[in-house]
Amino acid sequence: MAGYSPLTDSDREAMLGALGLDSVDQLFETVPEQVRLDRPLDLAPGAPENEVFDRMSELASRNRDPEADPCFLGAGMYDHYVPAIVDAITSRSEFLTPYTPYQPEVSQGGLQVMFEFQTAMSELTGLPVSNAGLYEGASAAAAAAYMAIGATGRHRLIVSRGLHPHAREALATHAVGFGCEIEEVGLAGGLTDPDDLARALDDETAVVFLQNPNFLGSVEDLAGLSEVAHARGALVAASVDPVTLGILESPGKCGVDIAFGEGQALGNRLDFGGPSFAFFCAGEEHLRRMPGRIAGETTDVDGRRGFVLALQTREQHIRREKATSNICTSQALNALAGMIHLAWLGKQGLVELGALLARRTAFARDQISAIEGFEPLHDAPVVREFAVRSTAVPVEMLRVGGDQAGRPLAVYPLARDLPEFGDSFLVAITEQRSIDDIHWLVDSLRESASGARPSFNGNRIGTTDAEPRKAA
Amino acid sequence: MSEPSYPEDLLYHPEHDWARIDGSEATLGITWYAQDSLGEVVFFDGPQPGDTISKDSPYAEVESVKAVSDVIAPLSGEVIEVNPDLADAPEAVNADPYGTGWMVRIRIADPAEAEALMDAAAYRASLEA
Amino acid sequence: MTEGSEVVPGTTPETALETPQQADRARTIFEKSVPGRRAARLAEAGIEERPLDELIPADLLRDEPPGLPEVSEPEIVRHYNRLSRRNFDLDTGFYPLGSCTMKYNPRLNERVAALPSFSRLHPATNPEDAQGALELMFLLQEALSEICGLPHVSLQPSAGSQGELAGLLLTRAWQADKGRNPTKVLTPDTAHGTNPASVAMAGYEAVKVATNPSGGVDLDDLRSKLDGDVACLMLTNPNTLGLFDPNISEIAGLVHDEGGLLYYDGANLNAIMGLARPGDMGFDIVHVNLHKSFSQPHGGGGPGAGPIAVSETVEPFLPRPQVVRRPGSAGVPEFDLDFDRPKSIGRMRGFQGNFGVFVRSFAYILSLGGDGLREASEGAVLNANYLRKRLSEGRAGRYLPIGFDQPCMHEFVLSGGPMKKELGLKTLDLAKRILDFGFHPPTVYFPQLVEEALMIEPVETESRETLDSFADAIEQILEEAERDPEIAMGAPYTTPVRRLDEVGATRNPVLREAA
Repeated sequence: MAGYSPLTDSDREAMLGALGLDSVDQLFETVPEQVRLDRPLDLAPGAPENEVFDRMSELASRNRDPEADPCFLGAGMYDHYVPAIVDAITSRSEFLTPYTPYQPEVSQGGLQVMFEFQTAMSELTGLPVSNAGLYEGASAAAAAAYMAIGATGRHRLIVSRGLHPHAREALATHAVGFGCEIEEVGLAGGLTDPDDLARALDDETAVVFLQNPNFLGSVEDLAGLSEVAHARGALVAASVDPVTLGILESPGKCGVDIAFGEGQALGNRLDFGGPSFAFFCAGEEHLRRMPGRIAGETTDVDGRRGFVLALQTREQHIRREKATSNICTSQALNALAGMIHLAWLGKQGLVELGALLARRTAFARDQISAIEGFEPLHDAPVVREFAVRSTAVPVEMLRVGGDQAGRPLAVYPLARDLPEFGDSFLVAITEQRSIDDIHWLVDSLRESASGARPSFNGNRIGTTDAEPRKAA
Repeated sequence: MSEPSYPEDLLYHPEHDWARIDGSEATLGITWYAQDSLGEVVFFDGPQPGDTISKDSPYAEVESVKAVSDVIAPLSGEVIEVNPDLADAPEAVNADPYGTGWMVRIRIADPAEAEALMDAAAYRASLEA
Repeated sequence: MTEGSEVVPGTTPETALETPQQADRARTIFEKSVPGRRAARLAEAGIEERPLDELIPADLLRDEPPGLPEVSEPEIVRHYNRLSRRNFDLDTGFYPLGSCTMKYNPRLNERVAALPSFSRLHPATNPEDAQGALELMFLLQEALSEICGLPHVSLQPSAGSQGELAGLLLTRAWQADKGRNPTKVLTPDTAHGTNPASVAMAGYEAVKVATNPSGGVDLDDLRSKLDGDVACLMLTNPNTLGLFDPNISEIAGLVHDEGGLLYYDGANLNAIMGLARPGDMGFDIVHVNLHKSFSQPHGGGGPGAGPIAVSETVEPFLPRPQVVRRPGSAGVPEFDLDFDRPKSIGRMRGFQGNFGVFVRSFAYILSLGGDGLREASEGAVLNANYLRKRLSEGRAGRYLPIGFDQPCMHEFVLSGGPMKKELGLKTLDLAKRILDFGFHPPTVYFPQLVEEALMIEPVETESRETLDSFADAIEQILEEAERDPEIAMGAPYTTPVRRLDEVGATRNPVLREAA
C-alpha cells in the first residue's frame, strides 16, 4: 500500500490475528450499513510522486508568471523579499512538524520563539502585552471586537472606512454573533474624519476601529483620533502595518488600546492570500481578555530558565463557552518566519526599510501625478502605498502588453471595496520595486490612458527570492 | 494547609463555600475541600464593593493553572469589602482558606437564608457521602 | 536501552549529568543583541534621499526605533537551529496525540507549495491571471465535497475553530431565513472546548447532552433537550472517545424533526474517509481540518485550514467570495471568484483562505487517490485497535483500563484511575516519564468524562514496530513504578528542561523579554 503507510499485507494479517479478526472490514462493524459508503470515492486513483509533481506544476503554470511584470498590488499583502534564512529555518522538521506545545519540556524551542515574537511585537506596537499570533489580519479585528465588548460591556462598534475592507466585512460577519451593531465613519482628504467620529460616538460605543496607514495608504493622526474616542469612554483598536513601525510612531504611544495587524509582510510569501499570521497587542489591563496562545517565562525544578503556555484559563479548552476566544492556533510557523525576518532586519534595518519605502513611494506618487489622466486621490502623507484617481480611462481598462487585449496591470482597483472611490486604484511599493519598475509603471499608465500599451522589456533578473535584485 | 479542616463556627453551602456570620454582616470564602480540588490558586477575580450578590449564584472566580471555578454565594447581600490581598497573593486561599484567604465581606440581605446552610458536621458528612 | 536495566540509562536523578540541550540556558535573541551588528543590507533608494520629515509630519514619526535585536546572520541561524533542537517533532518520533491526527507530512507537498507561481501569487491578482490557483481551489472543493458527501464547499475558514464559527453563523442565517430565531446549540458533554467557545461567539447558548454507557449520545437526554429553540446539534462521529455512534441516523432524524441542523466537527474524519460520509449520516454542515486528515504540517501550532462542506439548502449562505467555474468564453475567465452572493454571511477573514495549505492538501489527495484515502483510514483504525489490544495486556491492562471497552475507530481513551489509586502515579507523571523514552505522550486529561484520561491516536503512517515499542515502554514504566513510583513522579530527566513551574508562570506572568 502507498499512502505513506508502512503496513504490509503480512503486518495487517498479523495485527488482525492479534485482534482475532480476519479482515479490516470487521473493524467497521459498528458503522451501520445504511450510512456506509457502498462504492469507491469518485476521485482519481493515487499517483506516483513524479506524476503528482507534474500535475501540480501544470496547475501552477496556468497562473500568469507572477514574476513576469512588476507587481504593485498591496492592499494588506505585500511582495517583500523573504530572506533565505527564513526558508532554511522554517523548513526544519523541529519547527515544521510538531503540534502545539502542550508538553513544554519537549517544546522549549517553539515556546521560546513565541516569547521572542511577543517581545518583538510589543516593541513594534509600544504595548506591553502581546499574544503569540492569530490567523491573519481581518479576523484579528473580530478578535479585538470580542475583547472590547467584554472589557467595556458595551455593544456598539465604530469602524473607520479607512480600515481594510476585508476587516470591515469580517467585523460585520462576526457582529451578528456578538450581538452588536456597527457604524462606519467616512474619510475626508484620505483620512478618518475626526468630526464625523465625534458625532458617531456615544456611551454605548465599545471600540473605534482605525488603521494606520489606512487602506488608502494615508498616515492617520492616531493620537488625535484616540483622544476623541477616549473622551466617550470607548477603546481604540488599530490595525497597523508592521513594516512601517520602524518609522511611524507606535500605536501604544498614540493611546491605542489594542494594536493588531496582518503579519504577512514579515517573512511570509504571498501564497495567494495565506497562510500568514496576525499579531495582537494590548495594554496590561486587558491581559486576561487576550485571545489566543501566550508563552510565559518560568523555571524548571532544577532552576533552569524555561517557557510554558501561560494564562491558559482564558482559553477554550478550560473556560469553554466563557473563553476569550475560540482560537487555538497561533500560526506558529508563520510567526516564526516573521520573527526571523525581524531579527534579520534588526533595529537599524527596519528603520532603513521604512525610510526606503517612504522615499520610493513619494517618488512614485510624484511621477504618476505628473501623467495626464492621473492624480492623487488625496494629499495625506503616505509610507508604502497610495491611491490614484484615473480621470481619463476606467480603472478596469488599465492593461499592459503588446498582444490583443493585453493583460491586467497589477494595481488594486477600489471599486468593489470603496465604491465612493470607484475611479481610483492603489499602488503599493516594496523594496523589490526598483526605480526602473516605477518608471515602467509610469509608462504603462501613460500608454494605458492614451490607448497604446507598452510591453515590459526591462531587466527582470533578480525579482525572485533566490536572487536579490541589485540596487537600481 | 495540608490537612482537611472545617471549623465549627462557620456555616457551609453545598457548593463548598463558607460563611462566618457576625451580626448583620458575613465573611465568605471557599472550603478546604474546594481549594484542595482546585489546586494551587493563581488568580482571584472578585466583585466590587457595592455589588449585590445573591445566594446560590456565582459572585467571583478562582483560577488554578488549568481550571476555573465559579465561587457561589452562600448568602445574599451587598459587598462591603473584597479581600485586597488576594490580588497579589491568591495563594492565601490555599494556605489559609478560613483566615487570610477570605474573599468578601457582605451586609446580609436576608438573615433567614442562613437557616438553609449546613453546620460543620453536616458539611463533613456531605463530603463523605 | 539495556534489557533488564532498571530505568533508561542516564535518566535517573543520581546521574545528574546535563544533556547539551539542558546546558543551553535559553538566552533569547534579544539578549544576544550587540549594538551595531546587523544581518540585512538594504538597497539604496536610488533617488534623492529626502529627509523623512519632509514626507511625513514629524509628530507622526517615531523618536526611538523599536528595540529589535542587533545580530549578524550567522548568529540568527545558530540561535534558531539551537532552539529547534529543544523541540520534539513528528519527523523524529512517534506522536500519538489523541484528536490531533499526527500523520506524516509528505515533503512533496512542501515542494509543490513552494512553486513560485503559487507562492509568489498576490491574492488580489486578477482572476484571469490566477486560473491555475483558482482551478486548484475548485478541484479541492470538489474532492472535499465527495469525501464529505455534501454538495458545496467553502475553503475560506482559517482553522477548525473558524470553520466551526462559520458553520454556526451559517446556521443562524439559515434559521433566520426561515423566520426562526432559536437560541440554543446542543453539544455532547465530551465535546472539545472549541465547540462551546464557538457557540458563545455565534451568540448562542451552549447546552450539554449526556453520553450513554456505551459512549454515544444519550437519546433520552437528547429528546428531553430538543425543542423548537435548538438551532443545531454539534457532533463528531466517531466521537471523542474514538467510538462510532451507531444511532446517528436516528439522532439526525430527531434534530431535523425539531427544525434544527446537524453540525459535524471533522476532527475525527481520518477514521472514515471513503468508508462513511457525514452527508450520508444526515449532517448539514461539516468542517474539515486540512492539518489533520490531509497532512498539512502542524508547524508547532499552525497554520492549518478549516474548509466547510454544506448541504444544498445551506449553500446560499456560504462565505464570500466563493470559487466558481463558469462556462469558458472570450473575456470571461473559466474559474472565478463570485462576490455576488446576497444571502452570504460575508467574510470570515481576508482574501481567499490559506491557499498554501490547499496546495499541500490537494497534492496529498492526488497522491493517495480515492482508494488510498480509504486505505489510510483503514490503516488508522487497524493501528488504533492493535495498540488498544497491546495496551489491554500486561500491566497496562491492569493499571490503564480502557474507558469504554469495545472496538474503537482511529483512537481510544484509557483511564489512569487505577494507576493513580494503586501506584500513586497520576496520568501527568506517566506522560512525563514517556518523554524520557523518546515518545510524545498521548493527549492527557481529555475527555474529562474519563478519569485521568489518556487519549491515544496512533495514525496510519506508523509501523507495527513503533506501536510495539510504545506498548513496551508503557509496560516498562509501569513495572518501574511498581518498584519505585518516585522515578516517574520526578520525570522527565532527559529533556531540555525538566518539569516547569506553571503556577509561578501564571501568578507572575512574564510575557516578554525585559526592555
